[in-house]
Amino acid sequence: MDLYTENILDHFKHPRGKRELADPTVSHEEVNLACGDKLTIHLAIEDGVIKEAAWEGSGCAISLGAMSILWEKLEGMPVKETAEMTAEDIIEMLGVPISKRRMKCALLCLEGVKNALK
Amino acid sequence: MSLDLTKIRSQFPILEEVIYLDNAATAQTPQIAIDAVSEFYEESNANVHRGLHPLAEKATEAYEDARQTVSKFINSKYSEEIIFTGGTTEGINLVARSLGESELKEGDKIVLTTLEHHSNITPWLQLKNRTGAEVSWIDIDDEGNLKMDELDSILDEGNVSLVSVTGLSNVIGVRPPIEEIIKKAHAEGAKVLIDAAQLAAHHQIDVQKLDCDFLAFSGHKIYGPMGVGVLFGKKELLESMPPFQTGGGMIRDVSKDGFICADLPEKFEAGTPPVAEAVGLKIAIDWLNQFDWKDIEEHEDKLIQLAVNELGKIKELTLLGSKNSSGSLSFTIKGIHPHDLTDILGEKGICLRAGHHCAIPLHERLKVEASTRLSIGIYNTEEEILRVRPSIEDAARVFS
Repeated sequence: MDLYTENILDHFKHPRGKRELADPTVSHEEVNLACGDKLTIHLAIEDGVIKEAAWEGSGCAISLGAMSILWEKLEGMPVKETAEMTAEDIIEMLGVPISKRRMKCALLCLEGVKNALK
Repeated sequence: MSLDLTKIRSQFPILEEVIYLDNAATAQTPQIAIDAVSEFYEESNANVHRGLHPLAEKATEAYEDARQTVSKFINSKYSEEIIFTGGTTEGINLVARSLGESELKEGDKIVLTTLEHHSNITPWLQLKNRTGAEVSWIDIDDEGNLKMDELDSILDEGNVSLVSVTGLSNVIGVRPPIEEIIKKAHAEGAKVLIDAAQLAAHHQIDVQKLDCDFLAFSGHKIYGPMGVGVLFGKKELLESMPPFQTGGGMIRDVSKDGFICADLPEKFEAGTPPVAEAVGLKIAIDWLNQFDWKDIEEHEDKLIQLAVNELGKIKELTLLGSKNSSGSLSFTIKGIHPHDLTDILGEKGICLRAGHHCAIPLHERLKVEASTRLSIGIYNTEEEILRVRPSIEDAARVFS
């Protein structure tokens, strides 16, 4: 199955939630040192729930597309539940098998969100 | 005489599967060299030196024979100037540790260039931290050519111990004027190390004519096996330098209080060396030696010029550095990340490489985060190069 599905490409070309956040509880930069992809994740947290989320960054279609797709789920999610998300959850959201060589790209968003919540 | 590509390619069955344009990372190995490694294990496998049995003698002969072949390949005056290493990285680390820690002191300078691969940067940065030596940099112009006036001014300031420079960029294929650099450095009493990891596969090397003090390259980039490399060093320098690693194989005598080193080249070859790989490298060099360097250069130059012309037709594409590259060229395409492009091309069986190619300072200088690299070898064909542009254009359509 082609990695570059309409959905992933649509998120890459029209990223959701890609902006600054006025007053984040936490901002975290996650970098893939192997390729230079960079994501900065901003989260506003209230009573253990992600009230508002936003992100900025640059990278390949898979890392940015995955970030955009993940963003759509983040707002309203309990922190605990978010921190327990797994690689499988992200791959399921992407809806295509991810090859080993692109796994780091696909999971950069998850690493970023988890590290932001640490 | 031009190269017989059908005959050359018959040595590389792997090339029937893919269009392999990632030769700067590693070159494919001719069947005859692959077989030589197997044959060594089947017929001659033993540890080298001092084994008083026939297999050890056979293995030692094969290993020392490989050293002779390498010595002739780069025209070193003495075969003991050839140290077998694990690769270019180990060769540079050896010099940085051994020469660096015995001779360099605070305030001495090591000169590098923006073109360098990380393996010719980080050993010197480590040395800087350990000894207080300084690292000075020669920048490039927008075409990727070294600003030679910067070398002049650094040398004028004095205290330069060593200039360590690539013979051929692994990213933009630019070829620094190493003969001129060596002459200028020597005039000021500085030594010169050439990182020949890329150079050795594409151009003839004559260390006596160059008069370089050290030169390092890897076996697997010149069609040999992985895990073996070569450090050349001038005999009188290697003799005066302390050992890099110590242990078995490199000693004359050991007591509970100390040890005496063996002579060259064993002094720098602690532990069991990569014997089978050295034998494979010898056969790869013998195989390469059947061709005239002039024919190789002519063929590869034609391929690179064709690639430059073809890629130039893609309007979103920016070629990094000069159009007169050798071996490798790198580019970016507006709107497509190199990882996405290289992945899509890979799906079509075209193997290029994406990223910073272990040259982050160069990418920063060129103001790009990452690039896609096309790098050729002796066996590549014009037909293969012609397959690249349509595939990139297909990929561009996915993202438009």
